Amino acid sequence: MKARGLFSVLLSGALFGAGLALSTMVQPEVVLAFLRFTDFGLLLVLGGAVIVTFIAYTFAPRVMTKPLFAAAFLKHPSDMNARTLGGAAIFGIGWGLCGVCPGPAIAGIGAGNWPLLWALAAMFVGAWAHGKYFGEQVL
Amino acid sequence: MTPEILFPLGWIHYLAGGLLIGAGVSVLFVTTGLIGGMSSFYSSTLSYFSRHRYFHQARFIESRQWRLVYALGLVLGAALWLYISGAPAAVTHVSIWQLVLGGFIAGFGARLSGGCTSGHGICGMASLQLPSILAVIVFLGAGMLTAHLVRLVGGV
Repeated sequence: MKARGLFSVLLSGALFGAGLALSTMVQPEVVLAFLRFTDFGLLLVLGGAVIVTFIAYTFAPRVMTKPLFAAAFLKHPSDMNARTLGGAAIFGIGWGLCGVCPGPAIAGIGAGNWPLLWALAAMFVGAWAHGKYFGEQVL
Repeated sequence: MTPEILFPLGWIHYLAGGLLIGAGVSVLFVTTGLIGGMSSFYSSTLSYFSRHRYFHQARFIESRQWRLVYALGLVLGAALWLYISGAPAAVTHVSIWQLVLGGFIAGFGARLSGGCTSGHGICGMASLQLPSILAVIVFLGAGMLTAHLVRLVGGV
C-alpha cells in the first residue's frame, strides 16, 4: 500500500482508538457493568458506530466509483456455519470473564491501562492456538 | 425508566465515542475500501512470528502491514485522547487471572468465529449480514451469562 493509503489507515485507527477511549470501552469495568445490566452505555457505543458505518458502507460505493486511494471497495462476508456461531459463544465467554475485546486490548495500552497488556498477550496466544489447531487450512 | 437508571455515568460520552469509532471505520472504507474489524490483526500479526502455514495464507500476508498500522493508530488515538482530556489514566482492577483466561478464550473464539465486537458487531451489522447479527446476539448472551457467573464465584 502506498504512503497516503497507509496514512489514512493510521488516521482511521486513531479515530477508532480515540472513540474507544472517549467511550471508556478501554475500561473492562464499564463493559462488565453493561453485561451485568447496571449501565447500558455499550449499546449507545455500538449503535452509534453501526449507524455511521452503515451510512458509509451503503452510500460510498454509490456515489464514488472507487475509494480515494485504492482500486475497489472490498467486502468481507461472514459465513453462516457452526464456526461463526460456536466461535461467537466462546468469544462471549472470554469477553464476560475479562470485559476486554480485541480492539480495547490494543487501545487500552495507549490509554495507559497497563494491566490490559495481560489480555492483549493472552489474545495473541488464543489466536495462535486457533490457527495452529483449528485453522481452516489445517482441518 | 430515567436516563440515570440506564446510564448512571451519563450517556453523551458513550454516543460520541461510538460515532467517533464509526467515523474511523468509515474513513478507512472511503479512503482504502478496507473493512476494519480488529480480530484479524491477531492472526495476521502472528504471521511475522509463526511459520505455521495457517498464518501464511494470502489474506493474512497481504493485510498484515495495514492491520499493524491500524492497530498502531488505535494506540496513538487513545493516547492522544488521554492527553487532550487531561484525565488520569484509568487502571483496571479486574484480576489478572480474569484478564489472562478471558483474553485467551476471547482471542481463540473471535478467530474461530471470524470476528469480534468490531468485526461482526460494527462491520458485519453495518453491512446487514445475518451471520454477523446472529453472532452478536450469541456473544452478547454468552457474555452476560458469564459476567453474572464470574461475580457469583467472586470475580471482579
